Amino acid sequence: MAWFRRNKPKIEESNDDEVRKVRTEGIFIKCPECENPLYRRELRESHHVCTHCDYHFRLGGRERLDELFDDGNYEKLDEEITSGDPLGFVDTKPYIERIEAAKKSSGLPEAIVSGKGKVGGHLTYAGAMDMSFIGGSMGSAVGEKITRLIERATETRGAVIIFSASGGARMQEGTLSLMQMAKISAALARLHDARLPFISILTDPTTGGVTASFAMLGDVIVAEPKALIGFAGPRVIEQTIRQKLPKGFQRSEFLLGHGMVDMVVDRREMRETLIRLLDFMMNKNL
Amino acid sequence: MENKEKTNESFERVQNARHPDRPYTNDLLRIIFEGFIELHGDRRFRDDPAIVSGFAEINNLKVAVIGHQKGRDMNQRQHRNFGMPKPEGYRKALRIMNLAEKFSRPIVTFIDTPGAYPGIDAEERGQAEAIAFNLREMAHLKTTVIVVVLGEGGSGGALAIGVGDKILMLENAVYSVITPEGCAAILWKDSGKANLAAESLKLTAEELLKFNLIDEIIPEQENWSYPQTDTYEVNISVDNFGKTAEFLKDRIFRNILELEKLTIEEKLNLRFEKFRKMGKWIS
Repeated sequence: MAWFRRNKPKIEESNDDEVRKVRTEGIFIKCPECENPLYRRELRESHHVCTHCDYHFRLGGRERLDELFDDGNYEKLDEEITSGDPLGFVDTKPYIERIEAAKKSSGLPEAIVSGKGKVGGHLTYAGAMDMSFIGGSMGSAVGEKITRLIERATETRGAVIIFSASGGARMQEGTLSLMQMAKISAALARLHDARLPFISILTDPTTGGVTASFAMLGDVIVAEPKALIGFAGPRVIEQTIRQKLPKGFQRSEFLLGHGMVDMVVDRREMRETLIRLLDFMMNKNL
Repeated sequence: MENKEKTNESFERVQNARHPDRPYTNDLLRIIFEGFIELHGDRRFRDDPAIVSGFAEINNLKVAVIGHQKGRDMNQRQHRNFGMPKPEGYRKALRIMNLAEKFSRPIVTFIDTPGAYPGIDAEERGQAEAIAFNLREMAHLKTTVIVVVLGEGGSGGALAIGVGDKILMLENAVYSVITPEGCAAILWKDSGKANLAAESLKLTAEELLKFNLIDEIIPEQENWSYPQTDTYEVNISVDNFGKTAEFLKDRIFRNILELEKLTIEEKLNLRFEKFRKMGKWIS
């Protein structure tokens, strides 16, 4: 028998591909920007920022507050305030059903969560919007929660930090939603007169009535990298001027260049940056 | 009628509020106020013709007047950018409001805009910031502010000159978070459903009064369009434009007199409380 003849049986090819697959669902996540796989636990440790290309994944409101406060400790505020359906609004689906569906799918009571705690030892009232609840839109409940947050800070001399992520005012509550812009801005006027700090953090995306009210009223405005930030959405602008928008238009870096935000900060350095800002603005005897 | 489902009262109001013959800020300026001196520019970038502003008198009382201005013919419309202000317009408005505050004069604003201009240049110069800053500053402006919703109250672009002590609204004006067309395009995925959206948005004066978002409705005479001739002398007791304008003038003036009785502190508290109460939620 020639030396090259097989004397062992062929390796049997399995027809059952399924058995041979390594199951990676839930363990790896593909980065939508650079398409590299990311180990889920690793991603969590990097604050949901891609370790290859620094892409910032969208982050939920609760996660934001957990990462912000000292040791993740804070007291939840106004969780009982939720949206009603004051106009009896029905489009392709009743608004009331949209609210219920959003509560179920997001596990949140509203498009913003808020809490009170310490940030770098400073008394801080923080809110974080969540895109998974009807596009992070601002209706009466969101407006009320933010207003109460600011009022508490004014009364007890704390700082206000708000993470914005929103498509704008909530259409299903009509003009009531629009007026939340005025209501929150009025509360911010009082906070301003009390010489207390408000830091606004713009995350992807921040547009419409949220940008055109509290989000742009921060004493310091911080943006996360490459976030879409604007008054009118890109599609509306394209329809109005009937031409394509330049690359990078309405992104954080564009706003920085145009003097509309103070800085663009990587999420992994966000907490530390905020503490340094609060150190400057808080605890000085007035 | 075949077209019946295409229209409804709310949508008719929207069309009425946008009607090209409807009186604009400049038309009312001529009859409600005397001695208008227009002031221009934001001292930052340029003058925005979509907002007119200046000093004037109402029954010998000196006030600052600020309002959106749409254009009447095609040339004017382009010049006024269809009444859609850019950031410099809102900054000019605030500059004039601060002058009124400095010299303790009441302010009257007229809202009539499809919305703030959505364009590249407006975004670059901070459209959102310009609106936001006005909202905050108007909330603690130390003088009387009367807001009149004259025609179209287009979202943030309207509200940016709309924070005040009293909000009067013309009977056929509308005030909404988004245009019915925009709302329909997003929620119904069909801008042709604007009539349905108009109904759902509850944007008429009566509906807004019910939600305490405005204070007073100004009744309109039928067809009170402004007579389009330069030589025309408005007769306040006879023609419909004159009658409506005279009533509006009276309401503006009386509201100012009432508010001028209050101290600044009281006025600011009332203004704050008024907006503080806006909104309906469950808890």
